[in-house]
Amino acid sequence: MSKRNPEYDFAWCPGCGDFGVRRALQVALEGYSVEHEKPQANNVVVAGIGCSGNMVHLVEGDQPFGIHGIHGRSLPIAFGVQQGNPKLNTVVVAGDGDFLSIGGEHLGPAANRNVNITAVVMDNGVYGLTKGQSSPTSEFGAVTTSTPLGKIETPVSPLKLYMSIGVTYIASYYSSKPRVLAKMIQEAMNHDGFSIVHVQSPCTTYNDTYDILKGKPKEGIKGLAFEIPEDHDPSSVEDANDLLSRPGVPLGVIFKKEGKTLQDRYEDLMARAPKRTNDELMDSYLLQ
Amino acid sequence: MDKHDFVIRFAGEGGQGLVTSADALARAAAQAGYFVQTHSTFPSQIMGGPASSQVRISTTPVLSSGDGVDVLVALNQYAYDHHNEDLLPGGVTVYNAEEYELPEGGSYFGIKADELAKSTGNARAANMVTIGAVAQLIDFKLEEIDAFITQRFTRGRDGDAEIIEANIKAVRLGVEVASTSGFKVGQLEPANAPDYKQIVITGNAALSMGAVAAGLDFYAGYPISPATTVLVWMENNLWGEGRFVHQVASEIEAINALIGAGFAGKKAMTATAGPGFSLMSEGLGLAWMAEIPLVVTNVQRGGPATGLPTKSEQSDLFTCMHPAHGDIKMPVLAPGTIEECFFAGALATNWAERYQGPVILVSEFGLAERGENIRRPDLSKISIESRATVSEGDTGKRYDSWDASTALGGMPIPGGAGAYVANGSEHDEIGDTTHLPRHHVRLMERRFKKLDLLDGAHYEIENAEADVIIMPWGSSKGPAREAYDRLLDQGENVGWLYSVALNPLPEEVKDVLKSGKKIIVPELNYLGQWSALLRMEGYNAESVIQYTGLPFRPADLVTKISERIGAGVTA
Repeated sequence: MSKRNPEYDFAWCPGCGDFGVRRALQVALEGYSVEHEKPQANNVVVAGIGCSGNMVHLVEGDQPFGIHGIHGRSLPIAFGVQQGNPKLNTVVVAGDGDFLSIGGEHLGPAANRNVNITAVVMDNGVYGLTKGQSSPTSEFGAVTTSTPLGKIETPVSPLKLYMSIGVTYIASYYSSKPRVLAKMIQEAMNHDGFSIVHVQSPCTTYNDTYDILKGKPKEGIKGLAFEIPEDHDPSSVEDANDLLSRPGVPLGVIFKKEGKTLQDRYEDLMARAPKRTNDELMDSYLLQ
Repeated sequence: MDKHDFVIRFAGEGGQGLVTSADALARAAAQAGYFVQTHSTFPSQIMGGPASSQVRISTTPVLSSGDGVDVLVALNQYAYDHHNEDLLPGGVTVYNAEEYELPEGGSYFGIKADELAKSTGNARAANMVTIGAVAQLIDFKLEEIDAFITQRFTRGRDGDAEIIEANIKAVRLGVEVASTSGFKVGQLEPANAPDYKQIVITGNAALSMGAVAAGLDFYAGYPISPATTVLVWMENNLWGEGRFVHQVASEIEAINALIGAGFAGKKAMTATAGPGFSLMSEGLGLAWMAEIPLVVTNVQRGGPATGLPTKSEQSDLFTCMHPAHGDIKMPVLAPGTIEECFFAGALATNWAERYQGPVILVSEFGLAERGENIRRPDLSKISIESRATVSEGDTGKRYDSWDASTALGGMPIPGGAGAYVANGSEHDEIGDTTHLPRHHVRLMERRFKKLDLLDGAHYEIENAEADVIIMPWGSSKGPAREAYDRLLDQGENVGWLYSVALNPLPEEVKDVLKSGKKIIVPELNYLGQWSALLRMEGYNAESVIQYTGLPFRPADLVTKISERIGAGVTA
């Protein structure tokens, strides 16, 4: 329950990874606002539907604008916000089901456009809000309420997917270190173009992966998460692909490419675009 | 025989220049001071397939595509076989003698347009040979065609003069063939040129122009017949500082982009047809719930599913009114003429701003690509409305209760004061999700109450005291009006009711409906959708339906409505 609105009747489960992501998002939004001397109201958080979607109501302190829209459609909504007013800082918050299953069709176009938005994806490998169904990132064979005998689809590899469609900023992290995650999200906001911060955000109720991610160092069990080596060059496609061919969950910035955003390209065309007043346009239809 | 009105139809295969011929004749006639209206049918393919394009030329404004054809130009046997039955008494067919022959003795003659065109030194002038033949048949002044040709081909290039000469010669060769045939369809009365400035424009261009005149500054769309030309129009014209136009990846992207842009402060529109409109359902529900201003234009075609992409039907009214799940009734504007397309485009944009929500502008194939000469709208008379916004220190919240006793509160715009969440879940005053009954009740009432703000659309009421009242909607207005005028001439006691706004209806129109008189609704669908919606409101309405994919013929409406009156329909 949000501190600012006691009537708001939604709560994440104790221990949910999304708490950490919220903390990180809040710090990043505040950091971005200070860095650019803009009010918090210049930030727009666009959420889909799912546990992650409630993020938009749970940010505390100075409030950003928000949209809590439609399952799967946060990318095209954010595209509309950003192109409606390119001065805004538009951030999508989505879950793995929202972003990669029902909303998967919008990823390619967003990457092709290099629309200047940041997506923070909370990946818990399960549909939590509907109580534990298989998601696109659930493992092959996973037993869930909708796959009682085991999942018979191979899981999607989100980072490889982002890389292959040309997303220009790709970072991967987990929810457990909000301060570090916040820096990554703020860097993504500062990136000109389409940026994705893919966050492992475990579901303590239906798919608790904390131990799998972090391992149990005391017992000598290694986790899936690993720090990205210092010599990794995020501007190199080769380095990024090499990194993604390793098993496990890399922690850090995987790829970053500078280039023109959709708005830049649009403004380039503006010089060549017709400039007619409405009356001139109307007169082009005159019968003479 | 003097006639004030002729229909000339060019039929053949797509890609044979049928539309070019009809447009050329239409423009020549419009320049000569006549009123014209074109209408085309073609298959949903780029080249080939049976197609036709016609022009109706009249000394008075043209209301419909008419009852039939006075001159048929049939470029192949199939075209002749399928269009000959539309020939009116006294009508004549000009057939393509290079392609096929017809037995002697009918109301037709052959012409070898390609061969004659080649003899002028310009093989591309074949359509001018045909136009010459048509001109001779209806006694259309040749100097008007010459003037049109001279204007069209004066392009400041070398060779303009040769092209003009060849085309004028081609016209004369066509005249000669028609003259030799001995046929004559009538004599077109002299034009009564209007004294106002005219434009020649299609329905899709007119509604686009109207929206832009009201300040539209964001467009996202996806190609679909017959709405594609709106996207193309916008991509060519909606440029400039603070504007944005883009072809997106689907209709789902389009509606959601509009939601984002409308939220961010833009006046946003998209245009689509049935299948795309279906995809927009969920987005329209969100726009209604979160109260986002935007305009969705549905240029109807035949349905269901892929249906008849290039035919006329008015079968999307149910879905335009109630596009999504839950309690929703969208504001719907349905223009019936090209001129109304322009004003409805502007009003839809203004309505969205005024009531802070989505508006459906419903057009039709029958209006989309039909060309017509109309009075040039005076842009200085178009009002430009912009939503109320909020400033620092305002105490009102985005989703306060509202009962119309005060002005509707302002809409906060990102970057400014009044941060809130535009929420598709039921919400409290600042847009946070809540399931409390009191919020659902007060906001349900707010969403519906806001519709009361929407007025100002064109309506017509005549002979409201009559026993039976004809109330068409959309493009059926034209043929229904012709039928109404003829019924009055026949001495029938009928009235006329017409409204561009289908939801909400103007109070004056409702007053007529409330009288309990029998309302006859001519409409192009199977279910009788508009009369069903009127009955839902308790009005005494029934439909005269047609679902052929073609517009009504006034003569058919006269017969069908007379039958209803004769069957003892009383108030």
